[in-house]
Amino acid sequence: MELVPAPRIPPFELFYREHRDAVLGLLRRRLGAAAAEDAFQETFLRALAAYGRLRHAEHLRSWVLTIASNVAIDTLRRMRPTTEPPDLPYEDARPAYEELGELTNGLPPKERAAVVLRYGYDLTYDQIATALDSSPVAARQAASAGVRRLRGKKER
Amino acid sequence: MTVSTDLDRRFREAAVRAGLLDAGFDVVDSPVGPLLVAATDLGILRISFDADPDRQLDRLAEIAGRRILRAPRAVDPVRRELDEYFERRREVFDLTVDLRGTTPFTVQVLDELARVPYGQTATYGELAARVGRPKAARAIGMIMNHNPIPIVLPCHRIVGANGSLVGYGGGLDRKEQLLRLEGALL
Repeated sequence: MELVPAPRIPPFELFYREHRDAVLGLLRRRLGAAAAEDAFQETFLRALAAYGRLRHAEHLRSWVLTIASNVAIDTLRRMRPTTEPPDLPYEDARPAYEELGELTNGLPPKERAAVVLRYGYDLTYDQIATALDSSPVAARQAASAGVRRLRGKKER
Repeated sequence: MTVSTDLDRRFREAAVRAGLLDAGFDVVDSPVGPLLVAATDLGILRISFDADPDRQLDRLAEIAGRRILRAPRAVDPVRRELDEYFERRREVFDLTVDLRGTTPFTVQVLDELARVPYGQTATYGELAARVGRPKAARAIGMIMNHNPIPIVLPCHRIVGANGSLVGYGGGLDRKEQLLRLEGALL
């Protein structure tokens, strides 16, 4: 039997060089170019503060992207009070979100919120991500999963 | 998505300011070639004529801890004193050294080495005698050869009994260059 030695935790310099571009990419998608810079610093300072306590070298990429994601959420929370609520489309008839509210009753909460915000309020996935403390990709996935589930229900 | 030079520099500075580093390092230009310099809160951890950091990071992390980052600001005091030394404006370094990672005997030898004055030389045998091991000239030679902080700990001032330069971890050319700079060789 061959024992595979556990990968060693690299010196921070190497860890930083390997993941900095991916971290900046995630933060730009979530926050835009300007806010991403401060969040970038914050992310790697948090990682540095915790780095001495790391126990193993696996999943370092997801570890640092999780930190980046949390920093993005904190940043958006701080930004939110100053941002205007998105304009909702005005309609004379019964608003789409009310209809959707009933239709989507029974979907898992995240999918329901994503479907209603996307098709009822016509928000972009970026706006939905902001509203749900999630990423645009996750918001898009939740919305399409919700739609697929609704289709499945109808056909049955 | 590439991190800009400016953003990269700002993070490295912030890391030093936050006091989160076990060690910071940078490559410092000098008349004897580029030097890798690493420093911790305790003092200078390493000066190396092999200026490629990637060959040394693992060893430095073993000694000081893995939170080690290239950070020019962290070695600024060392850079300043080295510059002054090479411009002949400084004969004594006012910097502390971090000798974790060496044995107690090595610390004792390097401590004695640091007392050999600027512009003068001593022999391997003399240094051995000064640490109470008169027959250990060969062991002293090994310690000089592996000196973690050359220039500041002046192993270039240690020569053979007949006055020949014998050897130097950074190559004999550098040893000669340093001794000439100090006026120890004509």
